[in-house]
Amino acid sequence: MADPVLEARGLSKSFGALVANDAVTLDLRPGEIHAVIGPNGAGKSTLIAQLCGALRPDSGEVRLQGEDVTGLSVAQRARLGLARTFQVSALAMEDSVLENAVLGALGATGSPWRFWRAALSRPTLVAQAEAALDRVGLAEARHRRVADLSHGQRRQLEVAVALTLGPRAFVMDEPMAGLGSEGSADLTRLLDALRHEAPILLVEHDMDAVFALADRISVLVYGRVLMTGTVAEVRASAEVRAAYLGDAA
Amino acid sequence: MIGERVLSLGVLAVLGGVALLAAATDEPFTITLATRVAILALAAAGLNIALGLGGLVSFGHALFFGLGGYVMGILAFHAQTYTPLDLGLFEVAGTKSMPLIWLAAVAVSALVAIPVGLLALRTSGVYFIMITLAFAQMFYYFTISWSAYGGEDGLSIYVRNGFPGLNTLDPIQFFGLCFALLCVVLWLSARLARSPFGLALGAARQAPARAEAVGFDPMRLRLVAFIISGAIAGLAGALYADLNRFVSPAMFGWHLSGELIVLVILGGVARIIGPVVGAGLFVMLEHFLGQVTDFWQIWLGLILLVIVLYARGGIVGLVSPRRTGHG
Repeated sequence: MADPVLEARGLSKSFGALVANDAVTLDLRPGEIHAVIGPNGAGKSTLIAQLCGALRPDSGEVRLQGEDVTGLSVAQRARLGLARTFQVSALAMEDSVLENAVLGALGATGSPWRFWRAALSRPTLVAQAEAALDRVGLAEARHRRVADLSHGQRRQLEVAVALTLGPRAFVMDEPMAGLGSEGSADLTRLLDALRHEAPILLVEHDMDAVFALADRISVLVYGRVLMTGTVAEVRASAEVRAAYLGDAA
Repeated sequence: MIGERVLSLGVLAVLGGVALLAAATDEPFTITLATRVAILALAAAGLNIALGLGGLVSFGHALFFGLGGYVMGILAFHAQTYTPLDLGLFEVAGTKSMPLIWLAAVAVSALVAIPVGLLALRTSGVYFIMITLAFAQMFYYFTISWSAYGGEDGLSIYVRNGFPGLNTLDPIQFFGLCFALLCVVLWLSARLARSPFGLALGAARQAPARAEAVGFDPMRLRLVAFIISGAIAGLAGALYADLNRFVSPAMFGWHLSGELIVLVILGGVARIIGPVVGAGLFVMLEHFLGQVTDFWQIWLGLILLVIVLYARGGIVGLVSPRRTGHG
């Protein structure tokens, strides 16, 4: 078994009396899509925040490519190759689509400290950004302002910016949220191809997408990992059915 | 609708043209007004980098304006009294050379901006506004009690400082210097806005989480913007002191910090030529309405109200609306 790219080891996080994550352990292996599912309030967002560095765990550690990154900031983890997408799009709304993607390409270079030549007249940055936009199907819209985009296009741009980083691992927080069935199908195809470039930790409510994509699924309930297994195993589990899936399985 | 570049060049041409016309018809007072516009625009252009690009509403940029003024005042004072300036570890001679004074003003402002920025940027919103205000007020009260350099009465410099090859006592030549510096700074700001740093700073303003997620530290981006912004305001302060041949604690006053914000908002936040338009309008109102009534600022207030309510992009935004973020 190849070494995991991203690991959560015994992550616990409480907010007052509420235990949001209770000794969560899971890993992301090369080439896979590992979906994290669970009912609302199961602690998925808290888990993502700890993996990406926005929250410090009370105990436990986060490892990226075998290295302990628990003490590193969001920005530092991003520079080490962790790319995330947000559940609620976090984009520079006044800027163009291309500028947002170029920002990602700039992030991949590791330094924003260039004051002279315009960002949009740097061929390598622009090429990288356009390649990413092309893959998510936003090439046509590249000169539009993000504020003028549809919700679905913003979701696509979220993924494109993560792509420009050329990361070692993706953490995607409900990338399908609010997409129509066609949009979901497009994004499902894209993620399917993407797993071979970098593995994806996918938090998602769209069960069709999860069952179509996931190599493994972890089920989070009340802050704990109820089980981790293949799609078939999870679908067959009576426990999971009771806790979350209901009739969907 | 006019393109931003055309508009910018047009506005600068009008400012330069007015000064040249005044020189030709021998109206030094009009040249002085144009010089005032250029210098205030320069200070506001500095603020625009923090406020416009970085989203940092500094209500204390008079701090840097005043520092530039006092750097000029102190260096020139020691030159005109032939006394050395004791800096503790070593002594330096005063100077009447503008390039040296500008360099010192920029350096001192940038150095002071580092600790001020580090402290103020830990906060945001109202607290950021209050902390920047507090720093400027600290210097205001300090200079009031600093009797070595005139205290409350301020410090007069008898002869305007010199620039190699120019006669700075000639109003139009001094205007030319200020105007040239303004043009250079505006050109640099335009480049900065489009540069990778400008893009990252803009992202840190609009979506800090995004800037972090691509590996940038929003705090550092803002600090650098704050330092650059302060350094430019310091340069403007040195020029302003030279225009009046006088520095006083009022240069640190919160009135001035407020005026600079007003200039930026009038002209158009984050628009390159905005500060010049804002400063031009401000000085014209002050001059023409000021002749009619002492309460001219009531009218300024009304204009500001209309702009904030109905034209967020300021006057530049009315004439030349932007299409994308970096227009």
